[in-house]
Amino acid sequence: MIECKNIVKTYKNDSGEIVVLKDLTFSIKDGEFIAITGPSGSGKSTLMHILGALDTPTSGEYLLDGKNIADFSDDELADIRNKKIGFVFQSFNLLARSTVLRNVMLPLVYAEIPKQERETIARLALKSAGLDEKHYNNLSNQLSGGQMQRVAIARALVNNPTLILADEPTGNLDTKTGEIVLKTFETLNREQHHTIILITHEKEVAEHADRIIFIRDGVITDDYKTKK
Amino acid sequence: MKFLDLFEEIYSALLANKARSGLTILGIVIGIGSVIAMIAIGQGSQSSIESSIQSLGSNLLLITPGAQRGMGVQVSQGRGSSQTLTKDDAEAISSLSSVLAVSPEVSGRYQVTAKGTNTNTTINGVVSAYPTVRNVEVETGNFITDQNVKSMSKVAVIGPSVRDDLFGEDVDSSGVIGQTIRIKSINFTIVGITKEKGGSGFNNQDDVIYIPITVSQQYLTGGNYVSTIAVQASSQEEMTVLQTDITTLLLDRHNVSTADFSIMNQADIVATASSVTNTFTMLLGSVAGISLVVGGIGIMNMMLTTVTERTREIGLRKAIGAKRKDINFQFLGEAIMLTFTGGIIGIILGCLVSFVAYQFFSLATQVSTFSVVLSFGVSGAIGIIFGYYPANRASKLNPIEALRYE
Repeated sequence: MIECKNIVKTYKNDSGEIVVLKDLTFSIKDGEFIAITGPSGSGKSTLMHILGALDTPTSGEYLLDGKNIADFSDDELADIRNKKIGFVFQSFNLLARSTVLRNVMLPLVYAEIPKQERETIARLALKSAGLDEKHYNNLSNQLSGGQMQRVAIARALVNNPTLILADEPTGNLDTKTGEIVLKTFETLNREQHHTIILITHEKEVAEHADRIIFIRDGVITDDYKTKK
Repeated sequence: MKFLDLFEEIYSALLANKARSGLTILGIVIGIGSVIAMIAIGQGSQSSIESSIQSLGSNLLLITPGAQRGMGVQVSQGRGSSQTLTKDDAEAISSLSSVLAVSPEVSGRYQVTAKGTNTNTTINGVVSAYPTVRNVEVETGNFITDQNVKSMSKVAVIGPSVRDDLFGEDVDSSGVIGQTIRIKSINFTIVGITKEKGGSGFNNQDDVIYIPITVSQQYLTGGNYVSTIAVQASSQEEMTVLQTDITTLLLDRHNVSTADFSIMNQADIVATASSVTNTFTMLLGSVAGISLVVGGIGIMNMMLTTVTERTREIGLRKAIGAKRKDINFQFLGEAIMLTFTGGIIGIILGCLVSFVAYQFFSLATQVSTFSVVLSFGVSGAIGIIFGYYPANRASKLNPIEALRYE
């Protein structure tokens, strides 16, 4: 369960303060598949950073499973990210020259999960993300873009997070592969009831979600359920 | 993050860039290796110089007569030429405290013949204390005894070089005992042969014949004077005091105000030689130390490049839950691992170089545990010092900016 109450985010620069997010209030229920969309400069990336506990709001409350993230220190945020949030990035961000399994197990290393359990958990996640078992011991830079994104999804899943945040996950993929990745998200949401937030500026991508929040100039201009 | 996992992360990060890690390690290897080798060579030569000085006898004070001066015309004949030291002086010195042994000596060069061969060598008139004081050992037979000195026996102990010169290179030592040699037409019976000692400086300590001092004074040099009095002190600490005591005693005995003799203190010679070799060791060590620092800067350089290059990776690690200290320890660990590996290889290389220097260039070398421990510690410290700044920089990166970094 995610609740945002009156979220404001301002940045200081030479010419004064820039207000990026102006008083955002919304909530996301567990198991929702939601897309946050808007043109570039709308503040959706800033919102993603706050939702992903990479940044804290200037004012307002961000409640993740009932805890107000705004009050946390850097290391506590790191812990929250590790346990409750799974990230999928546009550019995959896999460790090059490391095997697929090693990449997926990395969050478990920081969570101090015993070594012998890690591989089992990682294999399960990779299976959910739909990567063929024959690639598990390949080096990550030997994979195709679609395969890399599946590894990244598996890495996001591996800690069984409350929330999966996907930042333009199809941005570096061709339409067909992008479609497959989005289907993977849909399956994860339908069958395993993961909460997924998809950040994208493409309308077609956003429409894969069940609900769309539209942001423009730091305010929510639209919040609606798709017809599916 | 658990230690073993940290180790694995460090290990695989370093392996991911083998060439660069290898070259950085090489910098440390050369630094540590040269420190060890240079200090080994320095300390080796120091101890070899010290031991060759000690081989002349330990805790030694050498008293030699001063220059001879005429009454009217001041013609100096040089130090050691005057005949101011006598056997009685030696006896007086032996009654001083902290004197272990006194060996008055009178020496000169004479032609020596034996069975048709002849040689010119140093004849040393000595007493029975000579071997103890001067660190001479007898290989075959006996040395001159007190009885020999008292009864003025015409006996001689010869050095191995003299034996070779007079009786041939491959003569059996025991066969030489009992043979007769002639010095200044006087027959001497050989009673002993000394052990080979090797040269020291310009002297060949093996090319010498020892006879009782009384015989030498009676038949060769004439008079009661001696050319050297060697005094062995009971310990090294006593030597300075003893030197002053002897000076006072001799000035009193000779009834003069300025010394007509000079005293050489072996401790001074050792100290001078040590200070020379110490400077030498320090010079070598500091040159090597500079290369170690350069190696350390190489580590810092590599780590800074690595941090910049891996900014996105750092961002990702932070995004998936790495705490500041996890990142800090990882990069610090990488630096320490590089220097430690370099340190271990460097120690092996340094020992190898000292061994090669000893084997093939016959340089005396001595790898000390101290220098090994020191350079190992230094290499670890270099890892921490030069790795700290890059690691700290990595740990402070903002995850959002790091993830966006192109």
